[in-house]
Amino acid sequence: MRRTLDFLKAALLLVLALFFLSPIYIIIVNSFKDRQELYDNPLTLPDSFSFQYYVEAMDKMNFLSAFGNSLYITIVSVVLIVILSSMTAWMLVRTDDKLSMVIFMVFIATMLIPFQTLMMPLMQFMSTLTNTLNIPMYNTLEGLIFMNIGFHSSLSVFLYHGFIKSIPITLEEAATIDGASKFGVFWRIIFPMLKPITATVMILNVISIWNDFLLPSLTLIDTDLRTIPLSTFYFFGEFTIQWNLAMAGLTLTIIPVVIFYALAQKHIIKGIGEGAVK
Amino acid sequence: MKNKNKKKWYILFTVPLLIIFTTVVIIPFLIGIYYSFFEWDGIAANAKEFVGLDNFVQLAGDERFRESAWLTILFTVLSVVTINAIGLAFALLVTSKIKSANAARTMLFMPYLIGGLILGYIWQFVFLDVFTLLGEVTGLDQIFFNWLIDPEFALFGLVFVFTWQMAGYIMIIYIAGLQGIPNDVIEASKIDGASPWQRFIRITLPLLMPALTISLFLTLSSAFKIYDVNLSLTGGGPANATELFAMNIYNEIFGSGNYGLGQAKAIVFFLIVAAITLTQVYITKKREVEM
Repeated sequence: MRRTLDFLKAALLLVLALFFLSPIYIIIVNSFKDRQELYDNPLTLPDSFSFQYYVEAMDKMNFLSAFGNSLYITIVSVVLIVILSSMTAWMLVRTDDKLSMVIFMVFIATMLIPFQTLMMPLMQFMSTLTNTLNIPMYNTLEGLIFMNIGFHSSLSVFLYHGFIKSIPITLEEAATIDGASKFGVFWRIIFPMLKPITATVMILNVISIWNDFLLPSLTLIDTDLRTIPLSTFYFFGEFTIQWNLAMAGLTLTIIPVVIFYALAQKHIIKGIGEGAVK
Repeated sequence: MKNKNKKKWYILFTVPLLIIFTTVVIIPFLIGIYYSFFEWDGIAANAKEFVGLDNFVQLAGDERFRESAWLTILFTVLSVVTINAIGLAFALLVTSKIKSANAARTMLFMPYLIGGLILGYIWQFVFLDVFTLLGEVTGLDQIFFNWLIDPEFALFGLVFVFTWQMAGYIMIIYIAGLQGIPNDVIEASKIDGASPWQRFIRITLPLLMPALTISLFLTLSSAFKIYDVNLSLTGGGPANATELFAMNIYNEIFGSGNYGLGQAKAIVFFLIVAAITLTQVYITKKREVEM
């Protein structure tokens, strides 16, 4: 009796989860259908699997280029965020003076500023840097990476700060007595100990940088610099009526996310949980 | 000598990030405050005219801004309630000892990863085609129709989609909170004869307050700042019925070219978001209990 009840509960939960994901099923099945078939019934499986719309969408979205841009921006931004914010957080924790306190407080306080408050003056300032000082901030992938680091460092410093505070200082002192430089102490001893929180920092930043739309839309002008969300946006601007083509485009954009999730699923869920509790 | 050395390392470790952070966040924030006192169309060659607090005065009479403020509050309240209720319900379901719990947890989190802009497009199709089909087939066309083209329902469509995006994420946070509750407390209450409902209200919920603080903070601030889903799902329509704060500011600055007025809105937006989220954290933090 108890067993049947447990089985029923398990089945019910699985059905609920499948139902929850049904919009994704709808997108995928309709990406294979022609227009008539799509309007006849958007819920059924397609009569035949033709990848015609995928080929077309890939071409019209310039998918490979967008994918490459997104990958480049996300990887370089996240690596630099991890390096810079862990070093900064460590110094702030280990140098217990007023200045460190103030710097940390400023990092935290700015987390309350919505992006919309900064977007216009930021764009003005970036184009000034580009035009007068010849620093290529505006309309370059590297400029966008620079801005990503600025916007994501608050949360990252905050997470590292909390974690480092719980690490006893004795190990560092021992290494210093043995003659290691600060640089050596950090990279050889501390950084490896930060692994769990580094995973969290990486995951949170990957998700938000990969999916970001507004900042890239303001900074990147050239079509060949477009990221995946940007190319999706422009693609929809042109092809909303052709839903089968649009479905194929959407499925394409979801595939990299699903692969990433499948590979790192355990770390992602654990990382988000730990990041939240800290 | 030793102190000098220490300072050198301090600078070497912190200054690179501080330079980037100052360039991207601090300086634009200060410039933003400055711009809010000017009337300007955004064209560098055109003069900026100092108008003092005029922009802020003008805001008070801006009908469309007030309308969008009201919509944003309505949207935020509805979203925060549904996301947290569903997120907590999911968390309780997947932490019970059921075989499919792990698979379900993985699946329920999925939408959060896809990204707001793309989710909006996905749901546009679901509302347009699947909802109308369901309405025809079941005859419940009072419930199943394209919500997005109805000015009164479009906002609920937005709440619906945003809940779908965020519920799995909030679930993860509640799961972390639930796992932090020691088992012996639950066991003891079982021995004392507490019903599942009593246990939930008297024990689980109070011990879950830290998770609630974070979940409320995250849902509140992200609901207030929502832009991507808003843009791709409804574009603010029909007839501005879903033009929320963030989009209203974007449109004022980059759409209408009122840079000064738009920036004044952006500053007010910051003050509101800061005030609301800080109040919430203060209130819920006070109710957290120590184990």
